[in-house]
Amino acid sequence: MRLLLGTLITFTLAAAIGLGSAWYAISGAPPFGMLTLGSWVAWPRNGTQNIDPYAHAAIARSGELPTGSGDGVTFFARSDDTGAPLDGRCETVISGVTPGARYWTITLYDANGQLVANSVNRYGFTSQEIVRNADGSFDIVVGPRPRPGNWLPSGAGSRYLLLIRLYDTPVGITTRSSRETPMPSITRRGCPT
Amino acid sequence: MIRWLLWILAGILLGGIVHLAAVLLLPSLASRNAYSRLAGLTPVNAVTPLAAPAPGSDPLPYMDPAFATSVCRYDLSDGPLKLSVPVTQAYTSVSFYSRAGVAYYAINDRAAGRSVIELDLMTSEQHADLPENEDETAADRLIVESPTPTGVIVLRALAPEPGLMPAVRDVLARARCAKS
Repeated sequence: MRLLLGTLITFTLAAAIGLGSAWYAISGAPPFGMLTLGSWVAWPRNGTQNIDPYAHAAIARSGELPTGSGDGVTFFARSDDTGAPLDGRCETVISGVTPGARYWTITLYDANGQLVANSVNRYGFTSQEIVRNADGSFDIVVGPRPRPGNWLPSGAGSRYLLLIRLYDTPVGITTRSSRETPMPSITRRGCPT
Repeated sequence: MIRWLLWILAGILLGGIVHLAAVLLLPSLASRNAYSRLAGLTPVNAVTPLAAPAPGSDPLPYMDPAFATSVCRYDLSDGPLKLSVPVTQAYTSVSFYSRAGVAYYAINDRAAGRSVIELDLMTSEQHADLPENEDETAADRLIVESPTPTGVIVLRALAPEPGLMPAVRDVLARARCAKS
């Protein structure tokens, strides 16, 4: 009887700990191989055969196809430079330059990786269509209401994330977080109270 | 008391094994990975243009709306595939994904260095079976080895401005993926 109860406890505990921790590990951001530049995070190894098992499990679950390393690299931002989560009801300014790349795009998605509906069908910008300042830097205003210049509508939802994809770029597995790879700053400018 | 602690300790150790097994097995068991999502939308060994991503209807998460995207879901069990992709004016890339979604090879137009990206896709067994002289005479053709007999090739072409999208889609529509 005691043996049976003990075995039951062991197996229940094993299933709960094992599956629970596995679920936790693959539902968030993959824990290894991160390249962090300011608020932006990329997993360059996800575009290679050396993708780590946690990231592999995570993409199998989400259904996404990571950017191949011969194609480019994708940076994700979920929060602004103070660490506050990006909020679609607020006005947020993306400002600065990107690392060298033949082309880049910036795109806004909801938490499930889907585009966010808006009245002007604007989901992002490419490096070619963006309006730049005299020094080559750019400012993008992300928010619910139209703004002059580069306005990226955040739609009606609250949480969103931004992706910057660099195409044909030297940034990748060998890149260390450093001054040579500048990424734009993300600053919240105002929220309706 | 000690005996119960041992049972709990065994549970924790076994939990670690369950954790590793779950993480390692998930990619091959996942029924909603990219390949499965595309299986209902695309035929095998043919290029299919994907609809432009739109809110709520993207077949795959995190698709780049600035790109025209076509996919070739492949099955190499009947023999190698030949892929030819005309490059567009701005930027074109070809990415190869295994059945479980691993990006094992990607190349862009500039790296390919010609106006049509031409590749032969085969398993490593099929590559080994290639007659040696044929391999030599075709030294200029790129051979890509797929780690799995099935997988997905994704063709992407950039429209730097939205107005260029129809032209880019037209060029990408000439891409071919067929048994060689």
